[in-house]
Amino acid sequence: MNESGELSKMLGSAGADEGSVISLTIGDKEYEGVLMSHRDDIIVIKMKSGYNAGFRVKKGDSVKVIGKPATKVHKTQEHKMKNGLPNIVLIGTGGTIGSKADGGSMRPGLSAEHFLDIVPEVLDVANVKVRNIISVFSENMNVDHWKEIAKATEEELNNGAAGVVISHGTDTMGYTAAALSFMLKEISGPVVLTGSQRPTDRPSSDAPGNIMASVRFCASSKAAGVYVVMHDTMNDDSYAVHRGTRVRKMHTSRRDAFRSVNTVPVAHIDASGKITFKDDITAASKRTAAYTDMEKRVTLLQFYPGMDPALFKDVIMDSKGIVVAGTGLGHVSNEMASLFGKAIGKGAVVVMTSQCMNGPLGMDVYDTGRELRKIGIIPVSDMLPETAYVKLMWALANSKDTDEAKRIMNTRLSYETSDRRTVDVIW
Amino acid sequence: MSSGDRFICGIEIHQQLNTKKLFCSCESELSEESTDTYFRRLRPTAGESGLTDHAALIESKKQRGFRYQSPARVSCLVELDEEPPGNVNPDALDIALTFAAMVNAKIIDEIHFMRKIIVDGSGPGGYQRTAMVAVDGYIEISGKRITIQSVCLEEDSARKIEEKDGEVTYRLDRLSIPLIEIATGPDIRTPEEAMEVALRIGTMLRATKKVKRGIGTIREDINISLPGGPRTEIKGAQELRLLPMYVENEVQRHIMLTEIKKILSSRNVSADGKLEDVTAVFKDCQSKVIRGALSENGKVMAVRLQGFAGVLNGGDGKLRLGAEMAQRARTKGVKGIFHSDELPAYGIEQDIVNKIREHLKMKEQDAFVLCAEKENVCITALEAAVERAKEALTGVPEETRDPQPDGTSRYMRPLPGAARMYPETDVPPIMITSDRLERIYSNLPELPEETEKRLISKYGLNDQQARQIVREGNEDLFEKIAKDRSMVSIAATTFLGTFTEMEREGTNIGAISEGSVLEVFDSLKGSKFAKEALPSLFREIAKGVSLNDAVKKLGIGAVDESEAIRIIAGIVKEREKFVREKGTASAGPLMGPVMEALRGKLDGKRMNELLAAEIKRILD
Repeated sequence: MNESGELSKMLGSAGADEGSVISLTIGDKEYEGVLMSHRDDIIVIKMKSGYNAGFRVKKGDSVKVIGKPATKVHKTQEHKMKNGLPNIVLIGTGGTIGSKADGGSMRPGLSAEHFLDIVPEVLDVANVKVRNIISVFSENMNVDHWKEIAKATEEELNNGAAGVVISHGTDTMGYTAAALSFMLKEISGPVVLTGSQRPTDRPSSDAPGNIMASVRFCASSKAAGVYVVMHDTMNDDSYAVHRGTRVRKMHTSRRDAFRSVNTVPVAHIDASGKITFKDDITAASKRTAAYTDMEKRVTLLQFYPGMDPALFKDVIMDSKGIVVAGTGLGHVSNEMASLFGKAIGKGAVVVMTSQCMNGPLGMDVYDTGRELRKIGIIPVSDMLPETAYVKLMWALANSKDTDEAKRIMNTRLSYETSDRRTVDVIW
Repeated sequence: MSSGDRFICGIEIHQQLNTKKLFCSCESELSEESTDTYFRRLRPTAGESGLTDHAALIESKKQRGFRYQSPARVSCLVELDEEPPGNVNPDALDIALTFAAMVNAKIIDEIHFMRKIIVDGSGPGGYQRTAMVAVDGYIEISGKRITIQSVCLEEDSARKIEEKDGEVTYRLDRLSIPLIEIATGPDIRTPEEAMEVALRIGTMLRATKKVKRGIGTIREDINISLPGGPRTEIKGAQELRLLPMYVENEVQRHIMLTEIKKILSSRNVSADGKLEDVTAVFKDCQSKVIRGALSENGKVMAVRLQGFAGVLNGGDGKLRLGAEMAQRARTKGVKGIFHSDELPAYGIEQDIVNKIREHLKMKEQDAFVLCAEKENVCITALEAAVERAKEALTGVPEETRDPQPDGTSRYMRPLPGAARMYPETDVPPIMITSDRLERIYSNLPELPEETEKRLISKYGLNDQQARQIVREGNEDLFEKIAKDRSMVSIAATTFLGTFTEMEREGTNIGAISEGSVLEVFDSLKGSKFAKEALPSLFREIAKGVSLNDAVKKLGIGAVDESEAIRIIAGIVKEREKFVREKGTASAGPLMGPVMEALRGKLDGKRMNELLAAEIKRILD
């Protein structure tokens, strides 16, 4: 049965849908099970033992339906509100934390209500309202999504929520956290992004612990601002609260992948929910105001040895803002420097960060750095390249001219740079 | 199943494979290294309905969590569930496919790994990865066909290191060592047959030459039911020779429970009595257990079991529901419980028994069970015991049981319900190509019976010898030694006689590594000692003594011939009168003292020759 579609036809004429109990005759053997899926000439059934197995169906083999699909009932449990608990809104945006197994792989599609089913104990510390606004993996997040999240957050905080927890894919959570940090210029309560490195379809998922710690932080702290709360170590009893502008995913898979860079985490939360602050927090504004305009023609480039200006000319000359992750203290080659000079001459804002990430720039140390400054490249100290990228988009859209944008880039808005770096900072 | 069947039994065999781990490149070895631990919580996953089972959630909340040691040489982030699994180890899959082909099973075209949800912490992910590789095969045991329902490839569980204050620590060395799981059909009908089937499957597994050997590398689960009755499972038996005992004892237990059910159903029975505090009754009781509990602010609590008299311990010791209830109670942290069928005893006098009966308003056919401990412990323990008493009304409870070294088994946990199997989304399905199948089928290993034939024709062993060598898995080792033809008969004697004898004495043969057997034979060839020294040498080596140390300890370093002559001459000289009287016939009686002095240091035949020569010298 090589021609595609033949198996589909066979299943169709037998009246077999996904979920049907079927009897499959292959050669002289007969197999019974629930039809899970099919593709090409392979049919996957769940056998009585619970195992899935794929069988190759050839000419002469046959399928018979012997039972109808069991109707799946998705019951969401009733969650009662309790007097005296703070109101927290949980905004769902997709990602691993909001994904479920579907056809053998993980896809976004779990509703945020699901979190209340898997972590019902959050209802002991807060009245949690769930609001789903997006359902994407975080690599598909874009500037418009950031705006949508910022506006939803603004609305919820202004409608009386004590805090907002945003479940988000971990890959670009740092970018969204930075975007919200700048957009929510006035903020009346804690906004926490959280996610999971290990999906919720396994008993060992880090999602329940991360959500619980996030809700606890929102429910019990007056720390207005945008934060990321994730595992602090590989143990399920220790969580770190990072500033939205200083946090980076530093490991592809470990649950303690998120680290504060060039600063200590704002706070630590232990398994019992005890919060220990390690850094200052901002006083809350009366109301929340979202300034969501962003300039999309901004580029984030990592410099590398031998980078060919010819390859990048069009990109750079078409950008209104460029963030460069230079080497070391903030360097690029002479060839690239002259291309950036041309872009600046045309009105672009070019910002320097370091691909070392740890440590500040030092563009007065070597001639290269001094030359780059002369050209008009703006160094932003120890700001993360991604944060600088997001900030530049915001600065260009929220200023009347490039000079003001440049001034904004050099003004600390949301803890995105430090003026000192202490030895207790892990790197 | 025919009407004459006494019971129905099927077994599952789990065999570790001698490859790297199933989903990463870690070595499949155990480690004695204790490391820092990582703390984890597990919670039951929402099923496909998206809903988490409430009871399971409550259960998981009770768990304080698990700690994992991750020795770096034998485990990595994959075992710790901090990195997705890599590709399925192709060698391990090949071995499973090979075994499937050897038992004539139908190999699945596209293999899907599943997660079997187990939240007892034995897997940091909260599940065991397992895939069905083949179905519907068979083997033959003395002409009878035993079906092989399935051949699965799965990962071994983590090793429990300690349990303290409700927190279990596991080591990840054993986790993800590849296992083949072979499940037979319910075709076994006698206790001996269970062992025969396990032996045959074990021998066939070893024939692949790619399975691990030694203690703990092969484990058996035994499923048993009476015809038409409920099933129990004895999980993780390691000693093959005990299988018939496990089967027989479990069958007897099923028969006993069925009998108890019959008795109870003819009575007016209830196990819904209230737990009552009877501490006051015990104020003058001298029982050590009771005194001990009361001195630590404990209580004595009791509960009436209406209509249960005589089945807790009765029928001349044949009815033993009390023991079953005590096992359940012990899982809740008490040392034991007392019940009315065994009292008065243990320092609890008749008048106390009478007072309890009065307090609980018991009638003739009623029984009671009591426990002395802290109040909350008493309550959970007695509730578990009463729960077990209730189950007696329906006969045999379906449960998983823990095999004991004496051939009995103990309650472990209820049998898992419908297997909770979810697709393993981190491991893509594996298509078994026709090229792969061709390679597997054209490279099938020699079957045990073929190996036997070869041993017979090549080394002149008889049928029985060849069968025993293969059955015990010694064929490779035997052939390595027998390469030197002068060693054939000594090797055969060692494997067939010496080792069997040692095992009968209780020596752990498994502790003698292949390497040390080869070392012993190499030294023997180098005339470091005589072949007579082998049994005592192996006894020492089994205790963990090195070959060199054993030789020294036993004083069996070979003597050179002039030294031997000097010793023999001395012995003869001492008995010169006797020698002169008996002449050459004195050689027989004198061999005793000579052997005494030179055993293991000189070949026996040579001893004989030297003795004869010395006697001749004196007589001349």
